[in-house]
Amino acid sequence: MISKWAQLLATAAIFSPSLASAQSAVARYNLQDPQTPIAQQIYDLHTLIFAICCVIFVTVFSAMFYAIWKHRKSVGHKAAQFHENVTVEMLWTIIPLLILVAMAYPATKTVIAMKDTSSPDLTVKVTGYQWQWNYAYLQEGVSFYSKLATPRDQIEGTATKGQNYLLEVDNPLVVPVGKKIRIITTANDVIHSWWVPAFGVKQDAIPGFVRDTWFKVDKPGVYRGQCAELCGKEHGFMPIVVEAVEPEKFALWMADQKQKAVAQADDPNKSWTLDELKERGAKVYAANCQVCHQATGLGTPPVFPALSGSKIATGPVADHVALVLSGKNAMPTWKALSDVEIAAVVTYERNSWNNKTGDMVSPADVKKLRK
Amino acid sequence: MEAVTTHDHAHGHDEHAHHPAGIMRWITTTNHKDIGTLYLIFSLTMFFIGGLLAMGIRAELFQPGLQYWRPEFFNQLTTMHGLIMVFGAIMPAFVGFANWQIPMMIGAPDMAFARMNNWSFWLLPPAALLLVSSFFVPGGAPAAGWTIYAPLSTQMGPDMDLGIFALHIMGASSIMGSINIVTTILNMRAPGMTLMKMPLFVWTWLITAYLLIAVMPVLAGAITMVLTDRHFGTNFFNAAGGGDPVMFQHIFWFFGHPEVYIMILPAFGIVSQVIPAFARKPLFGYASMVYATSSIAILSFIVWAHHMFATGMPAAGQLFFMYATMLIAVPTGVKVFNWIATMWKGSMTFETPMLFACGFIFVFTIGGFTGLILAIAPVDIQAQDTYYVVAHFHYVLVAGSLFAIFAGTYFWLPKWTGHMYDEALGKWHFWLSIIFFNITFFPMHFLGLAGMPRRVPDYALQFADFNMIASIGALGFGLSQLLFVACVIKCAKGGAAAPAKPWEGADTLEWTLPSPAPYHSFETPPVVK
Repeated sequence: MISKWAQLLATAAIFSPSLASAQSAVARYNLQDPQTPIAQQIYDLHTLIFAICCVIFVTVFSAMFYAIWKHRKSVGHKAAQFHENVTVEMLWTIIPLLILVAMAYPATKTVIAMKDTSSPDLTVKVTGYQWQWNYAYLQEGVSFYSKLATPRDQIEGTATKGQNYLLEVDNPLVVPVGKKIRIITTANDVIHSWWVPAFGVKQDAIPGFVRDTWFKVDKPGVYRGQCAELCGKEHGFMPIVVEAVEPEKFALWMADQKQKAVAQADDPNKSWTLDELKERGAKVYAANCQVCHQATGLGTPPVFPALSGSKIATGPVADHVALVLSGKNAMPTWKALSDVEIAAVVTYERNSWNNKTGDMVSPADVKKLRK
Repeated sequence: MEAVTTHDHAHGHDEHAHHPAGIMRWITTTNHKDIGTLYLIFSLTMFFIGGLLAMGIRAELFQPGLQYWRPEFFNQLTTMHGLIMVFGAIMPAFVGFANWQIPMMIGAPDMAFARMNNWSFWLLPPAALLLVSSFFVPGGAPAAGWTIYAPLSTQMGPDMDLGIFALHIMGASSIMGSINIVTTILNMRAPGMTLMKMPLFVWTWLITAYLLIAVMPVLAGAITMVLTDRHFGTNFFNAAGGGDPVMFQHIFWFFGHPEVYIMILPAFGIVSQVIPAFARKPLFGYASMVYATSSIAILSFIVWAHHMFATGMPAAGQLFFMYATMLIAVPTGVKVFNWIATMWKGSMTFETPMLFACGFIFVFTIGGFTGLILAIAPVDIQAQDTYYVVAHFHYVLVAGSLFAIFAGTYFWLPKWTGHMYDEALGKWHFWLSIIFFNITFFPMHFLGLAGMPRRVPDYALQFADFNMIASIGALGFGLSQLLFVACVIKCAKGGAAAPAKPWEGADTLEWTLPSPAPYHSFETPPVVK
């Protein structure tokens, strides 16, 4: 009905001819249907407090409109001159206070329940990037990126918008139903916020810090949310999709993911050429080093020194590898990277920008230098 | 203090109505009425610039998809709309009212520091110029939201530096203005006017001025730290260097929450003058109004982190800030009850100021209730950073602060100009404003509850209907404000001559002066019994 009204208004205003291109979806007036116990509590809490507010609102404004109607000069009402009444004033201070206490009680219980992230069945680390999410299943060692799947032409209005316009991703987060899932959030660049309305979960993802939250969803299905903290120009285009599946199906999916990860991993016996290492190194650099040292290799001195022309990146190879392994000052240790990755990134750094050493560092060299 | 007033007095006597003419009158003026006028004109100009940006926002959101702007420009629109409306429109408007009204309402000849008063105003146009000119630097205007959260704000281009400098200057202006107001109120009241006999508008401004002095330096600190993080290698908010991005939010909201009361307390003051005047009945619960205003001001310092429930505070922190925030409902409720009790058994008439004051109570209270709902931490987790919040703060800032500014303008225009405004035009302005306001912002509650994030240039299809309604309402609301300008200009140019006291129930000192108020008023202080 709202839809018809809006269309009518729009037609009357002769605003835009491209109206027909957008498919419609049913509008909602209230919170999304809750799918977790916490979301249910929030939904009920909102309903309760909204109802109390409505009752107070109607009472108070009945009085105001009664006064407006009856106590006006035009109907000959003479002004009384009272301007104080201690009893009344005490009452309308104390009664609201009591109402607030009644509201605070259930709210407190929900706050405490929301914060209880203990004994999870599965932990997923969620990292916000400008502008996509990374999901890492910590115990299983599986991780992948998840970004907007809506085609650009739908956004630009040259194609009809699909049903899940702006709420669809390439790789959804997959979780088992009936299990307590703990979400650990952090971010790579600026603050993002991981929000799935149907779960009652919204947790900021803060660079350099770790926060956590949890949910347990019982009904298999696809649940959609969005980034809820302004994170730059594509903020409106980094949705979240969670697919909740039966535990058996989840196990199969996880096995499949692990196989894929193995297939993508490096063969330890492969012999690398300089160009292959540089190519691989460029990717490692982009994923790990670029944030601080910049794509240009110029860094952001004085905190993040330039690599281009630096003494380390053009001096002895062993020192360079050692620094990457151990870290220094603001730079963390990178020993968690594989031998191949370190060999590749060091090779890349020594042969990029103004660095023309021609050095090639093999994974075996790195292995030797690791202590 | 005594010395200053006597000096002004003697000075004013010589130059009675002999001030420079033309533009120099306005540049060199130290007269509180001239400076008040400058503030009000400045604020009206900024209101229309900010409004234009809002039209840009609503045009893009009329339909799903990207129609007019790139996402980065859309973010500039929302950021600049917020900054301009808060720092350029609402705050200076209230300072304009303070300048015009406080000396007249306490029976003082002028503000305490007349020359500083000139300086506090003339800082504003350059600051506004800096802010608006950021649209024309490479990368465009600031786009990190009016809250300029780090580290997003440390990522921005030179525009952010311009924005930071503008805020610094506006902050300095606010602090000087506030010191002036505090000094004036505490030292220059007419004999017999004890603090508890001051008109409520003066009381609310006294408290507001203290809030400003307390928190503007906090904002200055926060944005200076952003500036040094951006250019001088510090790491206050950079986690990679040992800083904490969330710390920025704590500091910002320690300023930001009192700031929202800075924008509403003087509005409470205006409404508390208007309602008794048109109900022809003294304000109900004057003392409790003063205590309620003070309580709100004190509470405003211990509720800031309710803006940050989604950052993931420990349960104890969430509970503390939830309880403290809920408490604010008590003094705010007292105020609303007092206004309604003032109307009760009055003899009311509904000229435009009264219409806006009644509209204020009705619509502001809706914003108050959504504020209470947002105070409930678990509900806030769902509503934070959604259109529900956008609806909430527009209900308190537009229907609250702005409607009170309109009420005050219509109320005092006869005193300022010496002419009655066009009542029919004023009524049209009120009815169109309140209707279009609700068409614009009421649907946003639904959008937020259903899950539409704020600060997005595009949205999923289930949000299309309400956004379309909101955009139509916004256009109507924007256009309705032209009536206000028309009405003010018409009144300034002419109209029926206003008597000294055009409102039957008004009883404060400014109504004892002729209309228009003389250039120098109360050179001999009146005696208040």
